[in-house]
Amino acid sequence: MGAIYIMWLREVKRYFRSKAQLIVSLGQPTLYLLALGFGFGPVFAKAGAGSYIQFMAPGVVGMTVLFSSIFSGMAMLWDRQFGFLKETLVAPVPRLHIILGRTLGGATVASMQGLLMLIVCLVAGFRPVYAHAPGTAVEHNWLAIPVAVIFILLIALVFAALGSSVGSTIKDMQGFQVLMNFMVMPIFFLSGALYPLKGQSKVFSWITHADPLTYGIDGLRGVLIGNWQFNFSSQFNFALDLGLLVALAALFLGTSAWLFSRIEV
Amino acid sequence: MIRVENLTKTFDQFTAVKDISFQVDAGEIFAFLGPNGAGKTTTIKMLTTLMRPTVGRIHLDGFDPWVKQREARQRFGIVFQDPSLDGEQTAYENMELHGILYHLPKRVRVERIEQLLKLFELWERRNDYVKTFSGGMKRRLEIARGFLHTPKILFLDEPTLGLDPQSRNQLWTHVKAINESEKTTVFLTTHYMDEADRVAHRIAIMDHGAIVAIGTSAELKAKTNTESLEAAFLALTGESLRDESASSTDNLRRFAQMWQKR
Repeated sequence: MGAIYIMWLREVKRYFRSKAQLIVSLGQPTLYLLALGFGFGPVFAKAGAGSYIQFMAPGVVGMTVLFSSIFSGMAMLWDRQFGFLKETLVAPVPRLHIILGRTLGGATVASMQGLLMLIVCLVAGFRPVYAHAPGTAVEHNWLAIPVAVIFILLIALVFAALGSSVGSTIKDMQGFQVLMNFMVMPIFFLSGALYPLKGQSKVFSWITHADPLTYGIDGLRGVLIGNWQFNFSSQFNFALDLGLLVALAALFLGTSAWLFSRIEV
Repeated sequence: MIRVENLTKTFDQFTAVKDISFQVDAGEIFAFLGPNGAGKTTTIKMLTTLMRPTVGRIHLDGFDPWVKQREARQRFGIVFQDPSLDGEQTAYENMELHGILYHLPKRVRVERIEQLLKLFELWERRNDYVKTFSGGMKRRLEIARGFLHTPKILFLDEPTLGLDPQSRNQLWTHVKAINESEKTTVFLTTHYMDEADRVAHRIAIMDHGAIVAIGTSAELKAKTNTESLEAAFLALTGESLRDESASSTDNLRRFAQMWQKR
């Protein structure tokens, strides 16, 4: 237990110590929110889909959590490089505890980043609302925020664990860049964070549904603005997203623990 | 304390360590010498559960590290050839993290961290980030950390690489002091013959993955009919140069250095 705690604490301490990074990592999603939100806003509205800022906000929150959590796992590359990894590899504790602590720490940090981004969205004019038919009055739904936090935590856990799995296997910078371009960016762009997934072509729709983040974004957007992508009841859609994310988190945690236990240096 | 029988490690076609056997007694300081690529680090990795031997048996204080991994790990400390500190944390935090990973109760941890940091002259700097430390200070901190959980065996893989003579001298003084006061067995590798001569009770010379000679410094000199350990070493291992290819970690480190300079 001590090992899990101290590895978790290490990640959290790091986060609070690098305030510059904390701000910088919110910069990109904020840019997406403002540039795309206001840029595409009129087109989106003209298409009869409502406010693009409203639509985008859950997406950029998901984006912030995705990048922050997946990088926390991949940061193992730096520990490998600066040697600290070895200190944890020879410690007389199960490696499962080490990787669990690291992953939970990364997920904690990513969740805090996600919450900060949610606050940025609120400042930019985003409001959580109930689903409403066009032309009816908009009702704010502040109770959606705590529920959204559940999705933020789950997205963070899924991708921190995925990052840890990947971090256990990559050994150099090239590997990192390849994964960045062929894994992280596609996960983000195919998740429906920036556009609605309804009405897409069949093939494209299959691809987007194979993306784990799709369910995280759908959960966030469903909870925050009542916009669910599946034609089930919103309760069922909610349970589906939640269930899939929990299953994926378990799967990726298992994978990362297995890969980490096999590291030899 | 350490018993190694017929240890062999092969990578694809290449045999890094060939069928070596040796024993290190409790409380002994045992030096492993050898040219680059002789297999010293591979041997240490196998002894410290970081690499699985292809063939052979290892006993650390009676435990086979591949059967009773955690028991074996609790019994040794290691200072790696490359740094393994967390630069983003303070010296004290690095020590504390180690203490928790090695199951030291809080009271013991606090006491022993203070004692060791004072001994290694780092107490005044305990709350500074390790990234601000000099090479010598980092090494001292690593060695202090290696001793923190009162290991029965301490592995030191080229601990003085890149240190100035003052730091080297001081470092061995401390290691010898703890070896005597706590009866810690020390297993070290080094390229500096004078160090091995000065601190080690017994020396093994390794070349091309095999142990070519083992004994006290005097025995090795007598065996090769030479005056100094350095001459004995050269007599046993020849004078040709050895080249090592850079590992991916080396390449990465170079990349990171370039990156930081920008």
